[in-house]
Amino acid sequence: MSNASPGSLESVVIVGASSSLARAMAACFAAGDHALVLAGRDTAELEVIAQDLRVRYARPCRVLHFDALDYGSHPGFVAECTAALGAPPDGAVVCFGMLPVQEEAQEDFTVAGRCLDTNYTGAMSVLERFAGVFEARGSGFIAAVSSVAGDRGRKSNYHYGAAKAALNAFLGGLQNRLHARGVSVTTVKPGFLDTKMTWGLVLPALLVTDPERAAAIAVRGILKRRSIVYVPGYWRLIMLVIRHIPGVIFKRLSL
Amino acid sequence: MDEPCKAMALAGWGRYKPAACHVYRPERRDALLSLLDGGAPGPVLARGLGRSYGDAAVNRTGSVLDMTRLNRMRSFDPETGELECEPGVSLSDIIAVFQPRGWFPAVVPGTHFITVGGAIAHDVHGKNHHRDGSFSSFVDSIDLWTPALGVVACSPTENADIFWATVGGAGLTGVILSVRLRLRRVESAYVLADYERCANIDAVLEAFDTTDENYTYSVAWVDCLATADSLGRSVLMRGNPALPNEVPPGHAGKPLRTPRRLNATVPFDFPGFVLNPLSIRAFNETFYAMSRPAKGKDVDYEKYFFPLDRVLHWNRMYGKRGFVQYQATFPPEGRAGLRAMLERCSIARRASFLAVLKKFGEAGKGMLSHPMRGYTLTLDIANAPGLVPFLGELDRILLDHGGRLYLAKDTVAAPATIAAMYPRLEEFRAVLHRVDPESRLNSDLARRTGIGLPARETHDV
Repeated sequence: MSNASPGSLESVVIVGASSSLARAMAACFAAGDHALVLAGRDTAELEVIAQDLRVRYARPCRVLHFDALDYGSHPGFVAECTAALGAPPDGAVVCFGMLPVQEEAQEDFTVAGRCLDTNYTGAMSVLERFAGVFEARGSGFIAAVSSVAGDRGRKSNYHYGAAKAALNAFLGGLQNRLHARGVSVTTVKPGFLDTKMTWGLVLPALLVTDPERAAAIAVRGILKRRSIVYVPGYWRLIMLVIRHIPGVIFKRLSL
Repeated sequence: MDEPCKAMALAGWGRYKPAACHVYRPERRDALLSLLDGGAPGPVLARGLGRSYGDAAVNRTGSVLDMTRLNRMRSFDPETGELECEPGVSLSDIIAVFQPRGWFPAVVPGTHFITVGGAIAHDVHGKNHHRDGSFSSFVDSIDLWTPALGVVACSPTENADIFWATVGGAGLTGVILSVRLRLRRVESAYVLADYERCANIDAVLEAFDTTDENYTYSVAWVDCLATADSLGRSVLMRGNPALPNEVPPGHAGKPLRTPRRLNATVPFDFPGFVLNPLSIRAFNETFYAMSRPAKGKDVDYEKYFFPLDRVLHWNRMYGKRGFVQYQATFPPEGRAGLRAMLERCSIARRASFLAVLKKFGEAGKGMLSHPMRGYTLTLDIANAPGLVPFLGELDRILLDHGGRLYLAKDTVAAPATIAAMYPRLEEFRAVLHRVDPESRLNSDLARRTGIGLPARETHDV
């Protein structure tokens, strides 16, 4: 059952699958009858997550090694996914990301550089490879977990925000390119999630979403081929307001 | 990467006197191990979903490890029903995944919002204890991280002393990394329940003694405000698993399907006056009156086993000051004590509407496991002035009749009280000497009741 070939199931590759949001998104895809490839650096941990998904959902779930910063490996990665699934995947979702301590990114170029290399270049590099395959085939879906932080630079996290803004622009362009070929591209923009990233931060409790709920919203949006999914939806309104604060006021705010 | 830490006030489900704690919530196995290997300062304690009532999952000195994200199921054998999982897996998770496939946890307490790790730490019991024993009867093995011996595989046959110290050991022997437990086959989502009214305590004990063996599940609700000839009047709710052809007509053909329902929630703390002797008496009268005797009534498992889980945050009904749950188990020869305790409660009018009475079967092998042959009475008591002396009176009655408290519920008992109730405490401490001689594991419960090793051997931060 759990090791059966994917057969007629739709399949999705989750890249950077060990975060709690990624795990929950993988669960939503599995519950929605998808075969899975979980990819990331910590394959031992991913294997535990894969075991869990197999027990809970009885869907095929394979683990592959992936390093966002090892760009040279990315072209071969798509082939590995195809080999694992027996066919090219129907969808690819990038979930990896790196939130640096803002002060460290300001002071240390290597930290700022790694932030951009991971959040933007790594995502761009691997998604272009999937895009090529999906474009040629004329079907598929692509998604990446970005952040509301990319909607406007703020002093508390603008290095992270800048990298995510680059990712947003990339995904927008990719969508524009692939739409005619029947390939959807979704930008997922979560607000505060109750994950390791935010554990211990002082945040307004009402604005923090647990990863299971966030994943359900994100995956629903991806499968409905939405362009941009705010998670949860009210962040669209919050960011609308934040984006429209005039610069003359914004520069004085502490956000 | 360093694991983030969160400062937060923790209490048990009774919300009695929260304490400031430093809490880590590892999401990966290696993160947990590095916290255990020194990343988490001071004495550490694993915590699950926080449903123990008192201070068992609180550790104000050192670190608390929230285990709820380490909730991965590892394997399931549909031949034997054996599930291997991480300790943060909840019973509600297990039920959600396996109940539709015809499997169910063999032992469930009154809530499914507990973790497997917590169920082992308190060796929880359910309405089938008289038949099947406690949770540990269905645990095949545990991988336990211990400070002195590293990761130890233990089971009833391998490192058995560590196993039986861990079962019911309130998290003091180590941190569970993995568990193998056996689920039980079920053919429907229903219990065929018989409801009987018993006019007083003698009648209900008589019913337990004479006819409990006809039922897999047995429990009674007791009106603690009733007095004199009605002292201990009860509604007995006993049942057996329903066969597929015994489910309600609307569910024929889909016996494992449960009715969909919405949960209620208590959105905020009730003010203190909401629960008072009058409102409780009114509730009790209504409940007794509405509990009509019935035979073979189909009740779905959620309603039968977990009635309170349908009201999220029900503990807020007791207001900001919280409450304690007091669970007292009397040996069979201690019936006079049970009667004395009910009399004391009916006079004091402190106990609230959730008094529950059950007859236990034989004790298991857990050194600090609570259940033992006899009768167990569970009371919810609001935190109001005079609470501690009142509990002291109840403790006295319990001690005089050879009974014992339950560590998962206990909130205020003194070391001598607990020591007198758990004759195998020294055996337990002997295991602690081997697995954790320097008390790297500790809890508010352990410090308060002295069940751990003597304090001079602990090293606080």
